[in-house]
Amino acid sequence: MHNEWRSTKNKQLTTKGSKVDIKFSSEALATANKIIARYPQGKQKSALIPLLHLAQSEFDGWLSPEVMDYVASLLSIRPIEVYEVATFYSMFNTKPVGKCLIEVCQTSSCWLRGSDEIVDHLKKKWNIEVGETTADGIFTLKTVECLGSCGTAPMLQCGSDFHENLTVEKVDELVEKLKSKGERSSYLKSLVNS
Amino acid sequence: MGRKLLLEHINEPGIQTFDVYRKRGGYASVEKALKTMSPDAVTEEVKKSGLRGRGGAGFPAGMKWSFIDKKSDKPRYLVVNADESEPGTFKDRYLMEKIPHVLIEGMIVASFALGAKTSFIYIRGEYMYIVGILEKAIQEAYAKGFLGKNILGTDYSLDIYVHPGAGAYICGEETALLESLEGKRGNPRLKPPFPAVAGLYASPTVVNNVETIAAVVPIINIGGDEYAKIGIGKSTGTKLISASGHINKPGVYEIELGVPVDEFIYSDEYCGGIWKNRRLKAVVAGGSSVPILPADLILTTAKGEPRLMTYESLADGGFLTGTMLGSGGFIVMDEMTDIVKNLYTFARFYHHESCGQCSPCREGTGWMEKILHRLHHGHGKKEDIDILVDVAKKIEGNTICPLGDAAAWPVASAVRHFRKEFEAAAMAHSHAELVA
Amino acid sequence: MAKLTIDGVEVEVPDGTTILNAARQIGGALVPPAMCYYSTLKDTGGKCRVCLVKVAAGSAKDPRPMPKLVASCRTPVADGMVVQNLTSPEVLEARKGVVEFLLLNHPLDCPICDQAGECDLQNLAYEHGASTTRYEDERRTFEKIDIGDKIQLHMTRCILCYRCTFVADQLTPGRVHGVLGRGDKSEISTHIQKAVDNDFSGNMIDVCPVGALTDKTFRFKSRVWFTKPMDAHRNCTKCSGKVVLWMKGNDVLRVSARKDQYGEVKEYICNECRFDHKNVNDWTVEGPRHIDKHSVISQNHYEKIDLQKLKKEVERQLEFQKGRQLPEANATLNS
Repeated sequence: MHNEWRSTKNKQLTTKGSKVDIKFSSEALATANKIIARYPQGKQKSALIPLLHLAQSEFDGWLSPEVMDYVASLLSIRPIEVYEVATFYSMFNTKPVGKCLIEVCQTSSCWLRGSDEIVDHLKKKWNIEVGETTADGIFTLKTVECLGSCGTAPMLQCGSDFHENLTVEKVDELVEKLKSKGERSSYLKSLVNS
Repeated sequence: MGRKLLLEHINEPGIQTFDVYRKRGGYASVEKALKTMSPDAVTEEVKKSGLRGRGGAGFPAGMKWSFIDKKSDKPRYLVVNADESEPGTFKDRYLMEKIPHVLIEGMIVASFALGAKTSFIYIRGEYMYIVGILEKAIQEAYAKGFLGKNILGTDYSLDIYVHPGAGAYICGEETALLESLEGKRGNPRLKPPFPAVAGLYASPTVVNNVETIAAVVPIINIGGDEYAKIGIGKSTGTKLISASGHINKPGVYEIELGVPVDEFIYSDEYCGGIWKNRRLKAVVAGGSSVPILPADLILTTAKGEPRLMTYESLADGGFLTGTMLGSGGFIVMDEMTDIVKNLYTFARFYHHESCGQCSPCREGTGWMEKILHRLHHGHGKKEDIDILVDVAKKIEGNTICPLGDAAAWPVASAVRHFRKEFEAAAMAHSHAELVA
Repeated sequence: MAKLTIDGVEVEVPDGTTILNAARQIGGALVPPAMCYYSTLKDTGGKCRVCLVKVAAGSAKDPRPMPKLVASCRTPVADGMVVQNLTSPEVLEARKGVVEFLLLNHPLDCPICDQAGECDLQNLAYEHGASTTRYEDERRTFEKIDIGDKIQLHMTRCILCYRCTFVADQLTPGRVHGVLGRGDKSEISTHIQKAVDNDFSGNMIDVCPVGALTDKTFRFKSRVWFTKPMDAHRNCTKCSGKVVLWMKGNDVLRVSARKDQYGEVKEYICNECRFDHKNVNDWTVEGPRHIDKHSVISQNHYEKIDLQKLKKEVERQLEFQKGRQLPEANATLNS
């Protein structure tokens, strides 16, 4: 069954939108307004994808309906316009994810240089299938398409970091380091300062 | 050793920074263009250079620029396509990460030629760490007076912004990119109207690849005619090739167009030959979307001539015995490669990336992936091969955008050149049997 | 004005007309089918690829053929254009391919689908499809859901023509549903269960070419060919009030807007007219609606035929076959 985008099934039909009690921190809001100001007057919808990245980073690495409704209100657009975009793009998670989202590239050159081995190793190590999260909620394993690292394959992405020229041993080392750091991975880590 | 127009100073410490870049001659083309040339003169130089779009389509860049609607009173835009998602391609990432200022410099000159006051870099979301690098370079350019109001004291002003995507290969198609930039789903638009007339915000827009815009810098510096002297025929100048796969030295190489393929694969100056002392089996020369060629046909054309790294030579033989230069994503496969499984990873990619608007691509890519999955796991049937080829044929040419063609060509070419492997896969009764 | 030929038949239309609309002026078998284009909804078309035709000559000024087949619903004509629809084997191959793709993930629901008998996909498959399927892999499936309390969505049947989203955008004050996901995992949805209850939302049922969006008040009540469609109207402040009543005896089983011979509604109706007036006395009945003899609904359906109108239409068709156009190109039996 593919009703994956429908986050609440069999819920009472309601004509009112969900209650909005999510808000950006004042820092994040300032960033959001700076982003919105880049685009011409009346075209603030262009800021939707950057704002969704910001929101995903602020709110536990995923976009709940409430978070998406909030972003819609910031841009004065309808919630459905946000849902449509959030479910189209692979980098947006509309379901909760573990603290570290591990994305292993599986296309062509990475496959030619052994990405299958990396994926199988992690599946066995964590006893999960692709798309699932470890029992302790720390790692979510995802396979993704070409990340532009074909010359340094196989590789994986965690947050904004690329980890390339992998071997099973290097993966084990990396996983240990990430676990002990205990941080939530974010695509925006490198941007927070800019 | 061929001329390096883009990557000459790539290993200089600090070339990422404005000061080191400037010391090495950076931003000279901005001074030349803004102070001594008219916008039309800049476009003329690019036309004379014979520069072709380096993202994959190979459309003459100068001609594309000349299509921009100058009569409209709407603002014009230059949008740089940094969505690089074609499997096998990583040259734009390399360029932007190591020497971001060459892109900024090229954008200023190109925007000047097009009459754009605001320009965007649409960069794929997965390259988020490069967004920081680009923004830093842009800030430096502003601080030194090369961006913002009245650049270098002329009456030309320009703002550049970086806009991230969020994971969609289809947004590398120019109209889908513009939809995404407008905050919508990345659904390609029907053409006409073309972006040069109605692009971003229904205004005249030119969308160019990162490398294409970067190439504007040497073109203005040495002149279009000089640039055109490099290369062969209609393949002028230099190209960044992303070499990967079963070679000894994967990486990004800047080559003068016209280098023989044989030399590119085996010379230590480039790929350094096949790894583990194995033999070459097949090459995908220009990113996953172009036809795959077996070893003999990639090194020589069907007529027996040595194949060169040019648009024309690689396309010699059409789709029966040729391929395309495309994005320059050069994927090399050794004799142990399972062609069926490799094609399966491609089919899986296109199925995942189809936007879903038009029925041939939406349904057909899924069908092809499923057939190849079964063939790879030994659950295939003999009829599957002909169905696979027929599905590819029914997608080709019938879709809104080239993603359908890009999904169909690898399938058609792989079966054409490696049919025996597919037949063996279809006859096997399990994956173990195939691998044994 | 531009003069062009479609399958050898000449027609002259204003500049900017699409090939499909030019073909509709001629009428008859050479009109390409259309599953996602809808003339009264802006920006529709170009997605289903069913209307693909071959442009053998682009225009008198530039007679080169267009390199690929083009979507006739979104391609404007040019003076001197030569278009091939049924006379091109390439077009017929492509159409067969597109029909196969549309049916790939489409469930074999006809025996239990309300749309049977008036389904565009059924008609298309009958004319252009194969009688068996070569697809043996798993089909994508969805649960059926209610969008609002009167409209049911069977997402498995949806062919993603996007018409319903255009209806919501253009006929109602606020769209709450859309296309979520990507590729063949796309689905029409509200994401969180929201009711689609804007007053003109019922028109989604009429524009849907397949049985994906259906009228819950009509569900399983009757096969459409056992009903008798009657033109009727009432005074309505919100819409034109012109409808078709689908009746069995004196019972009104369903109310819908009036579709022309291309299955398109020209005058939309409000939800009140559609759902809240199922008593025949609420309506002024005009008479039996004309149903094309090729439709299965026409069986046992008697109507008064205007012989003069029929004679004129036959003459018009004959003249077109000879390549000449009569002045009243738009006079059809369904107006």
